[in-house]
Amino acid sequence: MARANRPVSRRQAWWLLAGALAAFLPLTQQIPPWLAFAAGAAFAWRAALTWRQWHLPPKWLLVLLVIAGTVAVFLQYRSIIGRTPGIALLVVFLALKLLELRAARDAIVTALLCYFLVLGQFLFTQTIPTALLSCVTVLITTATMLAASDDRPEPLLQLRRAALMLAQAMPFMLLLFVLFPRVQGPLWGLPQDRHTATSGISETMSPGSIAQLSQSDAIAFRVEFKGELPPQSRLYWRGPVMPAFDGRTWSIRQTLGAYPEIPYPVSGPSIDYDLTLEPNGKFWLFALEMPGNLPPDSALTSDYQPISRQIVRNRMRYTQRAYPETNAGINDTRAALNEALALPSGGNPRTRALGAEWRNRHGDDGTAILATAQEFFSRQLLIYTLNPPLLGPDLVDEFLFDTKRGFCEHFAAAFVYALRSAGVPARVVAGYQGGEVNPVDGYLVVRQYDAHAWTEAWIAGRGWVRVDPTAISAPSRINTNLAAAVPAGEDLPFLARTDLTWIRELRYRLDAVTNGWNQWVLGYNPQKQRDLLAGLGLGEPDWRSMTAALAVLCGVVLLGLTAWVLRNRRRVDPAFAAWRRFAARLASRNVVWRDWEGPLAFADRAARSIPAHADTIREIADLYARLRYAPAPCADDLERLRRRIAGFHP
Amino acid sequence: MGRKAYYPTKSAQIPDPMRLPELDAVLADINRIILGKERPIRLSLACLLARGHLLIEDLPGVGKTTLAHVLARVLGLDFQRIQFTSDMLPADILGVSIFDRGSGAFHFHPGPIFTQVVLADEINRATPKAQSALLEAMEERQVTAEGKTRPLPEPFFVIATQNPTHQIGTFPLPESQLDRFLLKIELGYPDPVAERELLAGADRQRMVAELTARVSPQRLIELQQAAREVHASPALIDYVQALAAHTRMAPRWQAGLSPRACLALLAVARAWAMLDGRKHVLPEDVQAVLPGVIAHRLRPVDDVARNDPEAVAAALIEAVALP
Repeated sequence: MARANRPVSRRQAWWLLAGALAAFLPLTQQIPPWLAFAAGAAFAWRAALTWRQWHLPPKWLLVLLVIAGTVAVFLQYRSIIGRTPGIALLVVFLALKLLELRAARDAIVTALLCYFLVLGQFLFTQTIPTALLSCVTVLITTATMLAASDDRPEPLLQLRRAALMLAQAMPFMLLLFVLFPRVQGPLWGLPQDRHTATSGISETMSPGSIAQLSQSDAIAFRVEFKGELPPQSRLYWRGPVMPAFDGRTWSIRQTLGAYPEIPYPVSGPSIDYDLTLEPNGKFWLFALEMPGNLPPDSALTSDYQPISRQIVRNRMRYTQRAYPETNAGINDTRAALNEALALPSGGNPRTRALGAEWRNRHGDDGTAILATAQEFFSRQLLIYTLNPPLLGPDLVDEFLFDTKRGFCEHFAAAFVYALRSAGVPARVVAGYQGGEVNPVDGYLVVRQYDAHAWTEAWIAGRGWVRVDPTAISAPSRINTNLAAAVPAGEDLPFLARTDLTWIRELRYRLDAVTNGWNQWVLGYNPQKQRDLLAGLGLGEPDWRSMTAALAVLCGVVLLGLTAWVLRNRRRVDPAFAAWRRFAARLASRNVVWRDWEGPLAFADRAARSIPAHADTIREIADLYARLRYAPAPCADDLERLRRRIAGFHP
Repeated sequence: MGRKAYYPTKSAQIPDPMRLPELDAVLADINRIILGKERPIRLSLACLLARGHLLIEDLPGVGKTTLAHVLARVLGLDFQRIQFTSDMLPADILGVSIFDRGSGAFHFHPGPIFTQVVLADEINRATPKAQSALLEAMEERQVTAEGKTRPLPEPFFVIATQNPTHQIGTFPLPESQLDRFLLKIELGYPDPVAERELLAGADRQRMVAELTARVSPQRLIELQQAAREVHASPALIDYVQALAAHTRMAPRWQAGLSPRACLALLAVARAWAMLDGRKHVLPEDVQAVLPGVIAHRLRPVDDVARNDPEAVAAALIEAVALP
């Protein structure tokens, strides 16, 4: 077609370059550096071509470069399919396509490649800035595409048209977003936002490991309470339980049994909430102690920690009910308790002696020993600090009797050690404590610096009882927050500080927006869709009927639009249509009509090639020329032309 | 459906082909004297019929003067030749008022431009001042001197020749002034057969002197009017627009064709169609006259292509599909 062959103007080339850059730049982190540089060089080349109006590189060079690029991508990834190799390949194609912008057709292909790259970005990250940037890219790309298929290439005009068209498409986009059948998990299961890499609580705890987390203000999860916000001191978010101790490091059990449902009877008041967990790269699901139900597709370990069946790579939201006054494990087996009594042989003689003394005094009375231990801890006047001194091999002894300065892991470790020395089963529980309410949207935000370690002791007849030794020495850590508990002057992450209110205010707002995005856009899952449809009175359709309904709806709308467009399009001259039939017949005799050739000139050529039909050919061409170019053409002539062509069989 | 049929149903009114034997005779006469140059001759006649002026760029001695002379003779028009030189003044072209002692008043002595066919030879040898005097007169078809406006005769046709601009001592015409010429053609060397015939044949000057007028000036004005009325259908105007749009979009030209250039293209194509005996323009007519119309209007970015208007036009034609 003539339009597709129209050359690309300089201005159009600039705009295409801008669109391609906008699509390419966010991907530079995902593709290998050599490709980023190579593509950058191609873009620079394109800019030079446009600026200096140089000749385009020859075709053989481009073919060579495409092959080289594809091979390089293959060598890099050992594959050319899959997410990253696919994107890398698209980048290669885009960069090289820009170097052969000849006609409008090339401009359109370039624009389509840009669209694909925009889509590709979402396979890596789905944050708000990504979405905003891709809106800009789509706008520029759409404008260049419009310019390629329109006679008026003014960029601003096309930009306005593109914006208008995208705005018109917005309702459809929203409709499809809401109604398109959702499948569990994203279709590709791919987005890995950068926060997967942030550290969180780990499987082991040694002195300093949680204090390290206190320097991070990354978000662990957000919580929306259904009712009143419970007091801060109740917010113990249970994470991995660590019964094993090797003298320095506490760790989780290597093999865990799992309960498919809650194994203990629940009692007492309950707290209902929705938790939106950020990806943590582990199986762990955090929940308020003690969980009264299990999130979907999860189980409870024999240590009563909820775990997912898949690694938490994507943000997930689940509804929970907690029973803070419930104690689990009344009927725990001896085997489990034995593990909670084990101590490495040797070391910490003073704490061992202390435990033995408690044991002598109280015998098997766990409650009494627990009370004694708590009293001992409070008497020792231990200091809660982010910068505890380094400890030697007998770290419990040194902490309890010498340095007396420690972070929550020191407190928890020492407490469990002392209890086990006295023959009371005990273990360390890691997780988060507290959180901070964002006044903008009312969500409780739990960050990495809220990481905490506390203990559980097993008391006959009561089961596992939570004891937080940090709370004994530094109650403000539990009742308020970290900043209130640590001595003034210690390094705190920016957001944990209580001064600089206006920045906190700003951050709260940003965080509320991000949270809204996470909850309503990224977190729009099958469950939410079902709820919404049910709320609209549509019942709970399954995905099959939804797909069918959507397909029918789209089909009807598209048919309607097509009919409308067809009715209003510029009609093809019927004489021209007949002429094309005529040309096709002659093409079968190897006389090909070139689309710029005048009818009489073509007839001359054709008549010379096929002298047997010369008269008919000239007559048809004459009729056609008169119909299209003479004054007052009429339908009779058209009829005659059609008849002649119908009877023409060269 | 009630959709309007594309073509009206009324019975066919096949227009009579235009019969213009006198123009055929004119062409035959010229071709008898200037041999092997049918196309440039036809183009110059089309240019005259379209009421335009002609620019011929070529080497000396290829028959430019003879062409102008012959055209004037067979069309029954007066002929004057102005040789442009670097010391030429506008008055040398337009005329001058001289005090007549007998009557005691100034008398205007019309310059050589007051003629029906003017051959402005080597126009780019003159200074821009003299050039623009001629070009203004061409455009306005009248001369204003000493406060009095005097119309030029009708029909009025200027054939300007210029030496290839790389020759020394030339003042190249600016693009805006080149645009006043409807067509720019080249004559070129004759092919060997025609040249041999020329060398062996009778004396050309005598042949020119023996020529008789084939049409009267009045009839020529009628023919010019008829050329203007040749039909250009919507499809054909679409085509002219598509050609212009392409030149405006494509990077191979420094600037696209102006609307005035499109009008020129259409006007020459009309005259060309009339010479073919048709009352309507075909795309073939447009394509035939395109090189002459764009030769002095479209400047390719590429230097190599600049000197070959035929190739430039062919590339343009092949890039634009007939709508």
